Amino acid sequence: MALPRFIASAALGAAAICLLGPGAAQAHGFAGARFFPATILTDDPFVADELSLPTVTRAPSDRDGTQEIDLDWDLSKRITPDLGISLGQGWKYLQPRGVPAVSGLDALHAGIAYQFFKSAAHEATALIGLNANFAHTGRVQALGADDFTTLTPAFNFGKGMGDLPGSLSWLRPIAVTGNLGIDFPTKSTSAGSPNPNNLNYGFAFEYSLEYLQHQVKDVGLKPPFDRLIPLVEVAFTTGLNRGQAGQTVGTVQPGIIWAGKYFQIAAEAIIPVTRATGRGFGGVVQLHFYLDDIFPGSLGRPLFAD
Amino acid sequence: MRRIMLALFALSVASTASAHAFLDHAVPPVGATVAGSPRALRLSFSEPIEPMFSGVDLATASSDPVKTGAPAVDPNDPAALVVPLPPLPPGRYRVSWHVVSVDTHRTEGSYEFEVKG
Repeated sequence: MALPRFIASAALGAAAICLLGPGAAQAHGFAGARFFPATILTDDPFVADELSLPTVTRAPSDRDGTQEIDLDWDLSKRITPDLGISLGQGWKYLQPRGVPAVSGLDALHAGIAYQFFKSAAHEATALIGLNANFAHTGRVQALGADDFTTLTPAFNFGKGMGDLPGSLSWLRPIAVTGNLGIDFPTKSTSAGSPNPNNLNYGFAFEYSLEYLQHQVKDVGLKPPFDRLIPLVEVAFTTGLNRGQAGQTVGTVQPGIIWAGKYFQIAAEAIIPVTRATGRGFGGVVQLHFYLDDIFPGSLGRPLFAD
Repeated sequence: MRRIMLALFALSVASTASAHAFLDHAVPPVGATVAGSPRALRLSFSEPIEPMFSGVDLATASSDPVKTGAPAVDPNDPAALVVPLPPLPPGRYRVSWHVVSVDTHRTEGSYEFEVKG
């Protein structure tokens, strides 16, 4: 499950340091009038001080009928207003058909991201980053956690449609975020199985009722409905080589996000889009905290600000 | 990990944080058509705001700026910004606002309303 993966191993120590550090409070996920919520499947196009805890995923059944449940956490921390790191890990429960269940830690992932573009007028933002899944940080034999490190350069973007002309004002609440990355595993095979380079790409299509109510037309929405963001996320991974070129796995995830003052709650269905992805349906829910709003004078600030 | 999470929880309980100020409602309402020129704009936000770092611009449909009175925070409601208006001829107007909440988070937005003659 692809979660926001701009991370770095110093995040927790940095969090402690920033309690004493200077800095100017900045926004999480804003580009002008557009608020981009943190999405579950699609990597976010902004750096932030945020914490996903927990993300609970009931994945669609594997091809051989294996049931999987994941519990994940992800922490994002800004070093400067435009440079951020993140760190996360998951706990996985697998119930293969006909054999005892196994559980344990999945691989530790980390990342670093630089938000190089932001346009308030066009509600646009973009970043480049480098993500890493670390070898031997989860249960390799029992759970299939990687015995190799994977490095993934990534490009993420977000665009709100608030600059559409007045004749299309009902489309202004729409926003699209997306990400593109290529996996570079540090081992070409593991236990006889190939570790290909993969192309990862995904999008989130959002319609913000908050934007509709407060920037387009007062349609009478009251809390909590004026803070809802229905969305559809899609994400795919396509093998590029080592006997898996062209093989694609992916999911479509329709759902909804409620964004409050200090946290947001998201729930999505998981629909596999290829036979190789799995069978049936799954679901995911996430509780996500805005650390910059909870701790505006300490933990929620960049370590180094202008 | 458990210790870190407990520390985060304790800090969140102890914090007196505010949050980003979102527009809660406006008069004239967002996207509304009103009969006659309103005497003032009133923008109510989800959080108390800092008047020194907050402002409102008004423009016509052709993007010509409209000179307004000075925005001021309602003394009875620190989350509301009031802007006196001159008499507005019929037409569409765009309100562009930016505010800083008391915890220094900056937000901005805009909306339109129409004045009928």
